[in-house]
Amino acid sequence: MRPKTSSRDPLAHWRSANTIKVLLKTIAEETKNLGKPLRLMEICGTHTMTLHRSGLKPWLQEAGIEMVSGPGCPVCITPDFYHEAIIDLVTSGENILVATFGDMTRVPTRKGSLQTTVPASGSQIKIVYSPEEALELARQNFDKRVIFFGAGFETTIPSIVYTVKKASQQNLEAFFLLAALWLIPPAIEAILSSGEVAIDGFIYPGHVSAVIGERAYAFVAEKYHLPGAIAGFEPADILLGIMSVVRQIKQGKPRVANEYRRVVKAEGNPQALALMAEMLEPFDADWRGLGTIPASGLRLKPEWADFEASKNLNLALKPQKTLSSGCRCGEVLKGLVGPRDCPLFGQACVPDSPRGPCMVSYEGACLIEYKYSAGAKKK
Amino acid sequence: MKQVSLEMGSGGRLMRDFIKDQLLPALGNQLLNELHDSAILPSGLALTTDSYTVDPIFFPGGDIGTLCINGTVNDLVVSGAQPEYLSLALIIEEGLEIEVLEKILLSIKKTTAKNRVGIVTGDTKVVPRGQADKIYINTAGLGRLQGRPQPDKIKAGDKILVTGPVGEHGLAIMLARNNFQMSSRIKSDCAPLLFLLPLWKKGSLWMRDITRGGLASVLAELAERISYPLLVEENKIPLSRALRGAVEILGIDPLYLACEGRALLVVKETEASQILTWLKKNPASRQAAIIGEVQDKIGKKGEALLQTSSGGLRLLEPLTSELLPRIC
Repeated sequence: MRPKTSSRDPLAHWRSANTIKVLLKTIAEETKNLGKPLRLMEICGTHTMTLHRSGLKPWLQEAGIEMVSGPGCPVCITPDFYHEAIIDLVTSGENILVATFGDMTRVPTRKGSLQTTVPASGSQIKIVYSPEEALELARQNFDKRVIFFGAGFETTIPSIVYTVKKASQQNLEAFFLLAALWLIPPAIEAILSSGEVAIDGFIYPGHVSAVIGERAYAFVAEKYHLPGAIAGFEPADILLGIMSVVRQIKQGKPRVANEYRRVVKAEGNPQALALMAEMLEPFDADWRGLGTIPASGLRLKPEWADFEASKNLNLALKPQKTLSSGCRCGEVLKGLVGPRDCPLFGQACVPDSPRGPCMVSYEGACLIEYKYSAGAKKK
Repeated sequence: MKQVSLEMGSGGRLMRDFIKDQLLPALGNQLLNELHDSAILPSGLALTTDSYTVDPIFFPGGDIGTLCINGTVNDLVVSGAQPEYLSLALIIEEGLEIEVLEKILLSIKKTTAKNRVGIVTGDTKVVPRGQADKIYINTAGLGRLQGRPQPDKIKAGDKILVTGPVGEHGLAIMLARNNFQMSSRIKSDCAPLLFLLPLWKKGSLWMRDITRGGLASVLAELAERISYPLLVEENKIPLSRALRGAVEILGIDPLYLACEGRALLVVKETEASQILTWLKKNPASRQAAIIGEVQDKIGKKGEALLQTSSGGLRLLEPLTSELLPRIC
């Protein structure tokens, strides 16, 4: 049943209609006698994307599986006050160059978005495609202070924080990191311990797991007795993950299954983990919608303070509630409601003029639902 | 204060709103209100204009010179007109090397010859350094009508064709900017669509050059204009092997990547296989394919649907936000 990886088109079998049909049929047979549909949460925005882009969601529903999106989009969960602080800085300070990823520039806040902001003289906001590019900007712009506003989960944290190491080695003293670095396992724990959402199991993010490995989710099975599976990003990958979760439920033996072995090793990526341990320390971070979660954020250790934007520049990170009125992104991120339950969805909030970050990011549940689901516009 | 944003020129919904809310109330008239690629003038003529600001100005497979001629010619062709005369206006940044300008003019010369059109009037402006980026070009084209798009005649069963692999111009530009530090064999598909003109007399009901917003946006726009939903099959959409690999790595949906020498056609059901054979004989459209059809069973009016390679069904929305400005 596991698709073969051919060398000519390595992913063809992982998305072919035939493979999908067989997997869906198997899942439907497994769920047949359960009596009720299973609610599984996919943590990762890229999983949400695959489910919609391949058109699988309605078929999964027929097979007795309801998929709920979780908080797995760094653009979505980074609170507004990060953006507002950087907007204040770039509009008031001269010769500041803010480098950030494309989606981050469109997040709407009370002070507008980075995209609509008009920077002070000599200052600029630039979209970068990789952390290395932010560093390159610092090498090329000696007359400016370059701030890399880097947001990410475990997948991108190592490459984001590595820029600081390189900046230190290369004596780039005008390079700073505004770190918006978030950890997935504490967010899962927060969702579970709140008890607000009824979930029967998890599809764990593939690339986060490639860094942190399998053990990081063990508490879900041990403490909360819930099954889960690490899955890749092709349609068949996700279905294999779902199948594993369904079987764990039927056998009453929850564990952390790894259905993405072609990428994820049990121990994760030791090199990346070592770099994170060397340079970063956890702190109780604020998430949009989820509030303050213990030890869920990472920040530079004191010995790297020279590169920490908030410590060296006039940049005040003051936690506050700032969601625009009526926007239910916070509840969407917790899986409490779906995008269509929000009164703004598809009406006042559309991709061209988003009211909340979930409609901004390519991994945001609202944008994905709007973009790929027939009838979205009509609600 | 409301300001013009890049997205208002990106070809997406914000641009359509801008045209509807700002331009038409001020300037609208019977001909302009149609918002076609070209205005169809009472005397059997078609008139179009386009400005070109591509960055970088030279890219694999073409340059701003080939683009500014082919783009305007193609707009006339898909409106049913044989291009006859062009105008050319140059806005040049002070300091541009003459050698660069000569190279662009040579491209323009070659491309006009290929399209059998002449440039009969023009204008040159030079602006101070920093007030433009190297060179911007505007062309206008006048053509004589050979046929007429008939969107109202489109009905269930009619076939949807593309004239070749899609997305190569958009990807070539993206890679030429070297933001991804990735090299590829991909070249822009920038080319004339003049060869499609005879199809207006062979059963073509509608044509559109696939530019900004890509195939998906053209399909979404077509669906809004006609009375039936559309369904295309992902597996049937021609994509080059090199492009497949690159979009996989970059995580880009190829259906939203621009072309500059490909068209989407809707043809009568009865003529479809003949037209496909005719297209395949031409080297410029050897990889043409029927990718779908106009529906009366699946979907609702106004919807463009995609049958995915995994067998699912999803909606094709027009491009909404453009993170990579100035591709044409």
